[in-house]
Amino acid sequence: MSIEIKTHAVEPIRHTYGNIQRRFGDKPASRYQEASYDIEATTNFHYRPLWDPQHGLNDPSRSAVRMADWHAVTDPRQFYYGAYVQNRAKMQEATEYNFSFCDKRGLLTRLPDAVQENLLRLLVPLRHVELGANMNNSSVAGDCVAGTMTQLHIYQAMDRLGMGQYLSRIALLIDGGTGEALDRSKTYWLDDALWQPLRQLVEDSLVIKDWFELTLVQNLIIDGHLYPLMYQHFDQWLAEQGAEDVSMLTEFMRDWFSESSRWVDAMVKTVRAESEANAEQLQAWIEVWQPRVIAALAPLAEASVGAPALTEVAAQFAARLKKQGFAAQEIVA
Amino acid sequence: MATKNKKLSLKDKYQYLTRDMAWEPSYQKKEDIFPYERFEGIKITDWDKWEDPFRLTMDAYWKYQAEKEKKLYAIFDAFAQNNGHLNISDARYVNALKLFLTGVSPLEYGAFQGYAKVGRHFSGAGARVACQMQSIDELRHVQTQLHAMSHYNKHFNGLHDFAHMHDRVWFLSVPKSFFDDARSAGPFEFLTAISFSFEYVLTNLLFVPFMSGAAYNGDMATVTFGFSAQSDEARHMTLGLEVIKFMLEQHEDNVPIVQHWIDKWFWRGYRLLSLVSMMMDYMLPNKVMSWKDAWEVYYEQNGGALFKDLERYGIRPPKYQDEANKGKHHISHQLWSTFYQYCHATNFHTWIPSEDEMAWLSEQYPDTFDKYYRPRFEHWQALQEKGERFYNKTLPQLCQVCQVPALFTEPDDPTQLSHRSLVHDGERYHFCSDGCCDIFKHEPEKYIQAWLPVHQIYQGNCEGADVETVVAKYYHINIGQDNFEYLGSPDHRRWQAIKGNKPLGADDSKDAA
Repeated sequence: MSIEIKTHAVEPIRHTYGNIQRRFGDKPASRYQEASYDIEATTNFHYRPLWDPQHGLNDPSRSAVRMADWHAVTDPRQFYYGAYVQNRAKMQEATEYNFSFCDKRGLLTRLPDAVQENLLRLLVPLRHVELGANMNNSSVAGDCVAGTMTQLHIYQAMDRLGMGQYLSRIALLIDGGTGEALDRSKTYWLDDALWQPLRQLVEDSLVIKDWFELTLVQNLIIDGHLYPLMYQHFDQWLAEQGAEDVSMLTEFMRDWFSESSRWVDAMVKTVRAESEANAEQLQAWIEVWQPRVIAALAPLAEASVGAPALTEVAAQFAARLKKQGFAAQEIVA
Repeated sequence: MATKNKKLSLKDKYQYLTRDMAWEPSYQKKEDIFPYERFEGIKITDWDKWEDPFRLTMDAYWKYQAEKEKKLYAIFDAFAQNNGHLNISDARYVNALKLFLTGVSPLEYGAFQGYAKVGRHFSGAGARVACQMQSIDELRHVQTQLHAMSHYNKHFNGLHDFAHMHDRVWFLSVPKSFFDDARSAGPFEFLTAISFSFEYVLTNLLFVPFMSGAAYNGDMATVTFGFSAQSDEARHMTLGLEVIKFMLEQHEDNVPIVQHWIDKWFWRGYRLLSLVSMMMDYMLPNKVMSWKDAWEVYYEQNGGALFKDLERYGIRPPKYQDEANKGKHHISHQLWSTFYQYCHATNFHTWIPSEDEMAWLSEQYPDTFDKYYRPRFEHWQALQEKGERFYNKTLPQLCQVCQVPALFTEPDDPTQLSHRSLVHDGERYHFCSDGCCDIFKHEPEKYIQAWLPVHQIYQGNCEGADVETVVAKYYHINIGQDNFEYLGSPDHRRWQAIKGNKPLGADDSKDAA
């Protein structure tokens, strides 16, 4: 049996803000809608930026991609700030438990030296890739305009910082909190031939000027290969090396990737479907960058899971693209 | 692995978890990755000297912020469910929220964008992380403010089109141009303007009056947001102080550049705050403190101590600080008088203060209120009682820099407007003060671009040939609902109907106006 408390209802004069009414009608709106649509300044900017006089502030022409309305890109997760941090707080709580479990049981310090070295050489340097991804997403958040787009990218930027910090903590678990393993891991990133194509790719991404090209390269193409390769194939490979415990420490990344792929796919699909010109532009960018991403990951795959795993990842990625209407490229690692 | 080194200190550990993730690039030139770091003339010799203003890793950030959000939204929900808007002191109070939502909340979004930009473009990774966290905090602020006001928007007028109005309405170009100025500047000036001058020096004069005002006037939604944002603001203040000290310590050539920015942004901030002064003194039915007292505590005392502390870097207090100190006796009255006569073109109402309020103003402003300002209100009240409520039908001259109507007076003569003007490149420009005139002289090429609302109306760029059409069509201000005198407005009538009694300060004779 259910009971109902009677409450005093006061008749409102309107149900939501004018900007939300114009899009969705005068009815109660969701938290996501009121927080995300048409909240940005769009016109009558007072001064041109000293750092880029070619464009105005909040200028949609900072990308070659054209949309009649960038709010067409929405977040299937419906994240506004509060929903975002509460979701991530749950994820971090589980991760924290895993880290403290590994620490208490000495699960990483008990690993053979060679396996520890593999972690420092093959896994931990990804924190530098995460830092690049953090910068790229912060850049996109500062350049794009519509609230639905900007917030996706600042959440993404902060997520990347967080994941870089989890990777760093794997090294700190190994070295007992001294930083020595982090130093050693970084020398691989800087000097080991294995990492140089990827490091070059990351540095090259840092000078991409078109922000939509940048989100496409970072969040679709690089991540779309890197995450399946390193957090699925490489994760299995680690288990074969007797380091299956590390898997507990990268669970965040797997959960994160499957979740964030949803908005990335939704964004790419919407932008592609907008016009033939957009579809061609996106296809052209993919053709330039996808082979470079595969080439950059090849040494990492060869040193661990083997080239066929990367070929499989590339094939999966091609299928992901095809679902969105892109012409698939034949790429063999 | 055998470990011999010492365990990392908290400080070193945090640096390992942030800036150690960055590296010296070798495939791209550093100046191509960070192209905006040099042109302002600021010299950074060693980013490693950056002291982290706070040490929050992402896991801790998610955790603490999520706890705050959970509590905040529980209160928003309860507020809406229980019709908490019925508990405010008086419906006149909501006009402060109208000003806040259209004037301040859009700045939070601008800050979010601005900090995301500088959070990418400093080559010091520690500074980038601090700016990115501020960026996402600012996104939080705009979104939670929208959610806090959402219920008020359903029950009161004038809150319904904040972002649209911010871009267009005449008085909202005061906050808009302030933030556009900062965002169109380089990254170091942006941080001096916003993190230091705004978030550190002046924040207590913006944030505190609105939030304490909410507390004193029964507005649980807004005050809860204020409480929740307090710890964010504490982080933002430490970033503001750190960035100034860092720039000053990095190179002696930075000192005059930073001093100029402090002068400029103090004055621009002070002009922006004139809107807050009238809010405090006139829009809050239950007063918190007078603008004069707030200025004395938060600027003259706290700011004085701060600039004393910065003396050792060769920094002196902001230029024209003395004028601002003198202005504390006047600006709230001058602003309210201006809005009183132009509120046919605002999204909020104005009114004549009640007898009790005027007595309070006399007490708070013993040297100025009775002499200069009470007679105005008595005169207007008499007109209002005759059914001739005064609206000024001629648009005002705007200051080319702060874009406030040129309504301010000479520091030592409150009957004389401190109008200034000069000719640049064959064109004449007008200013409200020496402070704004100096800012113009330093960067005329910037300020000649300003989109001055009154000029744009006269140029025919605001979808109407007369003010009424501009207000209705271009501004989306609903005539007869959002604008004009409070007494007799739909908000007023609705409030009376809800409460079954008369609002504070209203009697029948004024009601008829």
